[in-house]
Order: sequence, then C-alpha cells, then structure tokens
Amino acid sequence: MTTPYSKKVVLRYTPDIVDKPIVCLLAQDFGLTFNILRARVLPRREGLLVLDISGTKENFDRGIRFLKESGLKVEPLSKSVTQNLDKCVHCGACLAFCSSNALYVDKATMRILFDAEKCSGCEFCVKACPVRAMEISLL
Amino acid sequence: MKRHKVRKTYKEINEKIRAGNVVVVTAEEIIDIVERKGNVEAAKQVDVVTTGTFGPMCSSGAFLNFGHPSPRIKGTRTWLNDVAAYGGIAAVDCYIGATEVVEGDPLNSIHPGEFNYGGGHVIEDLVAGNVIRLRVEGYGTDCYPARKYEKNITIHDLRDAMLFNPRNAYQNYSCAVNMSDRTIYTYMGVLRPFMVNATYSTSGQLSPLLNDPYCSTIGIGTRIFLGGTQGFVSWHGTQHRTQVLRGENGVPRESAATIAVIGNMKEMNPEWLAAASFLGYGVSLYVGIGIPIPVLNEEVVKHAAVRDEDIYVQIYDYGVDYPSGKAKSLGEINYKELRSGQITLNGKAVDTAPLSSYYKARQIAHLLKEWIEKGTFFIGEPQQMLPGC
Ligand code: SF4
Ligand code: SF4
Repeated sequence: MTTPYSKKVVLRYTPDIVDKPIVCLLAQDFGLTFNILRARVLPRREGLLVLDISGTKENFDRGIRFLKESGLKVEPLSKSVTQNLDKCVHCGACLAFCSSNALYVDKATMRILFDAEKCSGCEFCVKACPVRAMEISLL
Repeated sequence: MKRHKVRKTYKEINEKIRAGNVVVVTAEEIIDIVERKGNVEAAKQVDVVTTGTFGPMCSSGAFLNFGHPSPRIKGTRTWLNDVAAYGGIAAVDCYIGATEVVEGDPLNSIHPGEFNYGGGHVIEDLVAGNVIRLRVEGYGTDCYPARKYEKNITIHDLRDAMLFNPRNAYQNYSCAVNMSDRTIYTYMGVLRPFMVNATYSTSGQLSPLLNDPYCSTIGIGTRIFLGGTQGFVSWHGTQHRTQVLRGENGVPRESAATIAVIGNMKEMNPEWLAAASFLGYGVSLYVGIGIPIPVLNEEVVKHAAVRDEDIYVQIYDYGVDYPSGKAKSLGEINYKELRSGQITLNGKAVDTAPLSSYYKARQIAHLLKEWIEKGTFFIGEPQQMLPGC
C-alpha cells in the first residue's frame, strides 16, 4: 500500500551528533520528502528541527526508526503545546475544545490542568484561550 | 417589618473586626454551617460571609489623568499603545475602555479575528507596571498651546488612575448554546454547531450578588475587593433590574442586578485584572471582585448559604435567536449540572465550559476573609440601596 502519509515532528539533536548529516538521508535512503518548518542547529550545541515529513506510512516509520537509532530525540509536534501557568486564569474556556481530555478540571482545587501526554496537538485551545495561555512552543 | 431572632448592626460587626474576634467564612464554607446548625445558630456564630468572582466583564475601563506637559495641552484625541482612549472629558483626562481594539487591527476582516491587543491589555499592562506609549493630540488654545505630546509612561507617571466599571458582577447570566449549523464566535466564547458545547459565566454559589439575591446588604458605598485592592460599589450598574424570574429561594433565574464599581488602579494587581481576547468577538477584561456580606440576621445567612444546585440559569441559542434579538429560553439548568462538564438538552449530551474562573473566585473569597480577620478591611455600610432593592 502506498497511501500518502504526512506528519509534523520535532527532532532534537544532542551536541555530539549535531554536526552529522542525518536528516538528508531521509530523502536519499527512505524516499521521504520534508519541509523544514523551523530550525535551530548550531555547531556543537543542542539543535532542534521541526519537519513536515511526507511519504508512505511504511517509509515514514522506517525513517523515524532510523532517526531514533541515530541518536535523535523524535517527538510528534503536539508535544510542544504547553500551558503557561503564569498566564492561565483557570477559567475553563478551553475545556470544551479539548476532545482528548488533555485539559481537565482538578475538582478539588478547580484549577485547569494540562496533561501533555494526552494532547493530540489539534491546537484548538490555543486560540480559544482568552488570555493566550496555551502556547505552541517549539524551543 | 419582619422580626428576626438574630440582629447585628454594621457597627457591631466592624467593632468585632477592630477587636480581632470577628468570625468570617466564605460563601462555600457557610453552606455546611447552615446545614448543620440552621439559619439562626449560623447567624449567631458567623459575622461575615465572603464571596468572589473572576470573569470577563466587558463594561470596564479606567479614568486616567496623565498630567500636563510643558507647554500644556488640551488633549482631544489620546492613544495608549495605539489603543484610542476617549479624550472628550478635560484637558489631560481620558477614559480607556476595556473593549477598545488597537488601531489598525484587522478586526473580523479575516474571520474569526484574533483581537490580540486592546483596552483590556492596556489596563493589564498599566497595572503590571509595564511601559506604555502615550500619544496625545490637541488643537491648541491660548491656555493650552501644545498640539502634540508623546511619551513613554508607566502607571507611576499618571497623576490618577481610577478603574471605573459601569457594569460588573452580573447577578446571574445565561447559558449559551449554538443551534445553527456553523461555528460561531461570541462574547460567550466559541460555540460549535448543533449544540455541541455550552458556555456559562458567574461563579454560582460563590458569586457576590447570587449570595444576596435581593441586595439587602450590597448598595452604594459597599466596600469591596476590586482587582486586588479595596474598592467600592459606586452606583447600580447599567442594565440593572430586579423584576425578574426568581426561584422559591429568591435567587434570580436570569440576569438581574448589576453594580458599578470604582477603585484605585495604582493599588491593583495583574493577578486580579487580566486582559481577554475572544476569538471573532473582541477584547475584554477579566475582573476580580469580592464582596463581604455582613450577617445582619438569619435571613441574610440563609441566602448566603445558597448552593450551585439551587441556582438556575436560562439557556439561549446564540446561533439564531439571540443575535436576532428574539431570544427565548430553551430551558433551565442549575450550576451543579453546568459544573459537571456535561448537560442534557433536548435529549442530547452537551459539553459545558465556564468562562469565569471558579479557582480565582475561591481565592478572592479567601483573601477577603483574611483581610477582614486581620482587621485591614471593614464592612462599608450602604449609603443608599440599589434601585428596586
Ligand atoms: S482557557 Fe486559557 S486561561 Fe482559561 S483555563 Fe484554559 S488555558 Fe487557562
Ligand atoms: S492542542 Fe488540542 S488536545 Fe492539546 S490541549 Fe489543546 S485542545 Fe487539547
């Protein structure tokens, strides 16, 4: 099956591998195409890349496995939605938008809590939050 | 006149505050006390019940006096961080309204607009001590010759900054749903089509005016918690009304009384005054308000012990009915059901979400309780009751 597949991922480099050409092999060895949405790769320091990768599901999975084996940390972009607790007023306006229940009420304190593990990255909450406390942070 | 078994005066309660032996509980804590001991015993024991609310309150703003530059200016048009303030008051006075949107904002031309900056944000920035660009234009007079004045200022550079909100702390409000087939963007938040979600405001059993349904202790001159400092009820709010649908407990089942409030913005804190951007609607301001209810008699305490399940709101369709000005209630629901996260309407499960922060409302009630116990906050006796109260 060669159904087209596309996903946004966040890659984090550790300083020891930041100078190695790894990502370009995604195209060469796995037949994947990618757009670089955001990059911060500095010699001998931690680096970060946000890629929109397309190809077949099979090649995508193989490519991701290769990246992980090469020592990169790979996360779906959704992991980068965060709740800025300095801004959040715990109003709850975001709740109805979060179908994955990543945002929920702590019944004891009535604070609105965020469980990053459950977040699907739909970003509905980002604009629905009146004080802009839900942030997409890539860095 | 009704005979009460317990009778206390404002003076007696304030004496107790001064002496440090006043008994203060929050509007949540009083529920249990009244349940266990009954109204009369509770009224004997408790002197003050504190309430709180923290929600978006559109009818808010501030009078600012920025002082004369030299040469002097008669400001007719004024901007703060490019948000227009009304200058037609006096030479260096202006009023910045919470809902004014920054100049050049695309508004809803790309629908839904984001409304990232406006009067609410100016107020929050001022209160946070942030630098604001002040821009003033005048036409020049013999006494006030300058025509332009620009300066970076903070709240400390202003001679006066008074928060004056013409309509706050609505006694109850409606619950909003959307029965149309498209997503709508309202002051009640984003409402998804076919009644997928419902939004509501007010802090229910903690909400100031819901704990005193006939406003028998809240009137002109009542001292309140406002934006983190002490402020006052200065008048009834705009759109105030008392001839409304009420439950057997006297609690309005639709929007009713409102208050106008005033306080020194220089003493306020961004934790209790936060700007809000409503997608597709505009800018507003979250205002933190807390009102102490003096337990003058057992009837006051009975009302203050109201619970979420005894406070009902009307549900309105914001998809078609409300905007057309022909809103008819789709039914009633109480706050306990609303707070559970899901209600059933016309046989359909509808997700509910609040717009006001119960967490912050509770914090305000506790803060106010602390202030009264410490003897730094006294009960203000109303000089006149609100109309119809
Ligand atoms: S809408 Fe924003 S401010 Fe309100 S609870 Fe959610 S994240 Fe916090
Ligand atoms: S991005 Fe989507 S899933 Fe994640 S918290 Fe926001 S609404 Fe929930």
